[in-house]
Amino acid sequence: MSLSLAEPNRSSLEPSPRDGAAATVAPFPVKVQIRNVGFHYGNFQALKDITLPLQDRRVTAFIGPSGCGKSTLLRVLNRIYELYPKQAATGEVIVDGQNILAPGFDLNLVRARIGMVFQKPTPFPMSIHDNIAFGIRLYHRVPKSEMDDRVESALKRAALWDEVKDKLRQSGLGLSGGQQQRLCIARAIAVEPEILLLDEPASALDPISTQRIEELIAELKSDYCIAIVTHNMQQAARSSDFTAFMYLGELIEFDETERIFTHPRIKRTEDYITGRFG
Amino acid sequence: MSLSLAATGFGLLFLVFVLGTLVTNGIGAIRPSLFTMTTPPPGSAGGLANAIFGSVIMTAIATAVGTPTGILAGTFLAEYARDRWFGEIVRFINDILLSAPSIIVGLFIYAVMVVPMGHFSGWSGAMALAVIMLPVVVRTTEDMLRLVPNSLREAATALGAPKWRVVVTVTYRAAMQGMVTGVLLAVARISGETAPLLFTALNNQFWSANLNAPIANLPVVIFQFSMSPYADWQSLAWGGALLITAAILVLNIGARFIASRSSFER
Repeated sequence: MSLSLAEPNRSSLEPSPRDGAAATVAPFPVKVQIRNVGFHYGNFQALKDITLPLQDRRVTAFIGPSGCGKSTLLRVLNRIYELYPKQAATGEVIVDGQNILAPGFDLNLVRARIGMVFQKPTPFPMSIHDNIAFGIRLYHRVPKSEMDDRVESALKRAALWDEVKDKLRQSGLGLSGGQQQRLCIARAIAVEPEILLLDEPASALDPISTQRIEELIAELKSDYCIAIVTHNMQQAARSSDFTAFMYLGELIEFDETERIFTHPRIKRTEDYITGRFG
Repeated sequence: MSLSLAATGFGLLFLVFVLGTLVTNGIGAIRPSLFTMTTPPPGSAGGLANAIFGSVIMTAIATAVGTPTGILAGTFLAEYARDRWFGEIVRFINDILLSAPSIIVGLFIYAVMVVPMGHFSGWSGAMALAVIMLPVVVRTTEDMLRLVPNSLREAATALGAPKWRVVVTVTYRAAMQGMVTGVLLAVARISGETAPLLFTALNNQFWSANLNAPIANLPVVIFQFSMSPYADWQSLAWGGALLITAAILVLNIGARFIASRSSFER
């Protein structure tokens, strides 16, 4: 990763929600710099002038009421929104010094570097093994034994290996919801991305599965830059280092998670966190 | 409630009546010679071997032409032309073709193939069947692909898969059973078509595997034999009708079986 073009954190020791830097200097470099990002669904403006950094090997949580644009922002970061006509983003998303929103970028290569896990588990209609192998096969020709090793290591890192090692050839659709979601995480990390985007990864799961996913996030943090969208305030408080509070398409406050949850600077953030609206 | 029940019973009664008549009249004609001997002149022994062969070969060619074309067109409509005016037009035209009477299709092939070639032929019969099959396959393919949730496409795209790869490896796989069911139902539909073959393949009293010449086929033989005054021809027509019905039944059950297996897996 390069530091050169990414905005260093210390650029703003005086914190303000606009430049989006943390209150104290954090030790990790900025992996993704989101700068003045706006987004339109047709004529509806879903995001307004969002600017904030995502640090490498740190978890940044996006919270806010439904429709505030937090999922939309995540979908801008790997340009998945481009599957649909009439959706358009403005501004810059700088990953390792390159603006991935610039036209002419090889989108598929960008997406291979940025993994994404969705709200609902989305196993492909194929075997557990092939679900993991799918992404690897896209860009690498791997001999069978090495493929098996990579599938195994991805499943191990997603804490799913022990449950599925005897049924790798069975359909991924036969797993439970929590297992399917871990399969999707394994699939995302099997291609060795640098950034992980998690869009409410635990909202459709039971408490035990949720706990496993959170433990997983804590482990994966040591290798990835992670952005997570969540409705669950406790989850954000537990598993993230930084928290961004969004409301009606705007970034209201961005700071270290601890500060946001103990001394938010802005009244609306406090109201949301304490449950007075939302 | 009781009214709709009565209506259902009324419909079922006719279905049972039709099938019952078919079985009682046709079962006597089902013997080995039906499959080994060709259509006879009135008064002598014979079977339907040439007609069965002709029907099978024309249906096979029509399927070979109609299936890939229909699947590709359905894929275009569902994956590439969503919300585009061109896709809307193609879909509209396809729906017209879907509901077009099959005799019109027969006349069309008569005009564009039989007249220029100067004679009836197995090829033109197969093409007429393919044209009838095409819109069915286009429609079911599109419908089945649209049932595949977008989240699956997003997940594959998010891994860095190019669009064609998403379609071929993920979307097709998710929609596979529905698409196969659609093709089987389309085959069932064309295997009983008579009108388009009257203008194209016509008929042939003798064994012929030459697709450049008129070729025998079950529907037209049934049509011709059942209208004849000869008892043995009429019996053969009943046998052929039972045979087609049984074949269509098998195809439909096969399609059902595949469809139910898919819902079980999910």
